[in-house]
Amino acid sequence: MGLDFSVVPGWLDTILLGGLWTIAITLSAAVLSFVGGILFAVIALYAPWIVRQPFRLFAWLFMGTPLLLQLFLIYFGLIQIGINLPAFVAGVIGLGLHFAVYNSELIQTAIVAVDKGQMEAARTLGLSRSQALRKVVVPQAVRDVIPPIGNNMIALLKDSALVSVIGVGELTLSAQLAIGRTYRPFEFYLVAAVCYYIINLGMEAVLRRIERRTALSR
Amino acid sequence: MTDPQHFVEIRHAQKSYGKFEVLKDISLTVERGQIVAIIGPSGSGKSTLLRAINDLDPLTGGEIWLDGVQVNKKLPHRQYEKHINAMRQHVGMVFQHFNLFPHLTVRENVTMAPKLLKGISEDEANKLAEEQLNHVGMIERIDYYPSQLSGGQKQRVAIARALAMRPKLMLFDEATSALDPELVEEVNQVMKTLAEEHMTMIIVTHEMDFAASVCDRVLFMDQGVVVEEGPPEKVFRNPDQERTREFLRKHLEGAK
Ligand SMILES: Nc1ncnc2c1ncn2[C@@H]1O[C@H](COP(=O)(O)OP(=O)(O)OP(=O)(O)O)[C@@H](O)[C@H]1O
Ligand SMILES: [Mg+2]
Repeated sequence: MGLDFSVVPGWLDTILLGGLWTIAITLSAAVLSFVGGILFAVIALYAPWIVRQPFRLFAWLFMGTPLLLQLFLIYFGLIQIGINLPAFVAGVIGLGLHFAVYNSELIQTAIVAVDKGQMEAARTLGLSRSQALRKVVVPQAVRDVIPPIGNNMIALLKDSALVSVIGVGELTLSAQLAIGRTYRPFEFYLVAAVCYYIINLGMEAVLRRIERRTALSR
Repeated sequence: MTDPQHFVEIRHAQKSYGKFEVLKDISLTVERGQIVAIIGPSGSGKSTLLRAINDLDPLTGGEIWLDGVQVNKKLPHRQYEKHINAMRQHVGMVFQHFNLFPHLTVRENVTMAPKLLKGISEDEANKLAEEQLNHVGMIERIDYYPSQLSGGQKQRVAIARALAMRPKLMLFDEATSALDPELVEEVNQVMKTLAEEHMTMIIVTHEMDFAASVCDRVLFMDQGVVVEEGPPEKVFRNPDQERTREFLRKHLEGAK
């Protein structure tokens, strides 16, 4: 049995819809992981002990266990305690929190590395510590980690395929659907791979643009 | 203790890092509109003293008073934070390495604190930025980022940023030491303008000529004590203390 791509066009709308879901879940989770990453970094560095310790356990759980397991836990596990999340929401939360923890590690390091003179200058003007963090230190730290955070976002895109297992109709699941009907795995997985690659290129272009935009502010 | 009689009063300032005493019982007064220069060898405690005035390096003993209010008064933590943030709004500080905010434009550097702390409108903030940047001759660069400025320009913007809070007192910690020689004059010029406007200033400097030309009083510090203090003509030309003479001699040799 040779390759036959003629079956692909008939499934194109399914695949494209899957691609849109992949973009939607990636963007939502990326935003959550970015905002969450900043928040977690500030908690990890500055929150009182009583908040920091449980938080470290939480971060360790997210870094030390498989993302797949976390998705199962959020989607199937939470139902048991009466929290019944739609698959898309569970996927965004799982992916978002998972990568928020990784982003938080990057941002923590960057916050610590911001020149001490920046905090001093802000405090000298009369800003409180939290104002100085918000307006001066954290923005610079975030600016400094845009490239590695970008890498995390691309990893997030690739890991978004995992949410197919909880039934989000994204790209991988759409390909599987088509394969189930046509028995053409190679063709459809290849098409899906091309779609991931195109989304990836788009994300990289956006990242490069952000990097260029922030070049002057160093 | 008695109420303060002077605009700035430093009473028996003492500062230790562990066993190491950096400031040993320093007292100093500055009147409104006066300009005081602090000179002395490296490690003598000049920066530590200056930074104690706005509590950036808190003293381990003694009192700082500004315009009738004690800066480092004993208060419970929360209240103290509020108090010190309010006090710092009255004290401008200029650093050797400028410490401009690189992620903000020149305009935003100047307006950030007034907008945040005084709640002024966007219009007022822009007016304020224009006024302060005109003052230091930097209005043309209002929408530049610090990375696009020379050292002298950065320092002038840093001065404008401090002035935008309308401080009662300005502190300068070697404002020109990090600058290429040809950029020193433009910053000195700005400081001279402030002197003519009777801004109260305490200036830590290695530039004796500049100190002599703008200051009302010079303090010579060594090893955490004020060795000698007086009008610049006296301290520079005819010091009483051998240590002062030696420092000035070495400094002159070093400058040549
Ligand atoms: N955080 C610190 N911990 C321990 N010692 C310190 C600390 N900060 C300053 N010192 C010490 O205090 C002394 C005075 O330092 P300070 O910076 O006030 O000197 P300075 O007169 O400003 O010197 P320079 O002309 O080099 O700027 C120095 O011996 C320095 O090593
Ligand atoms: Mg110093």
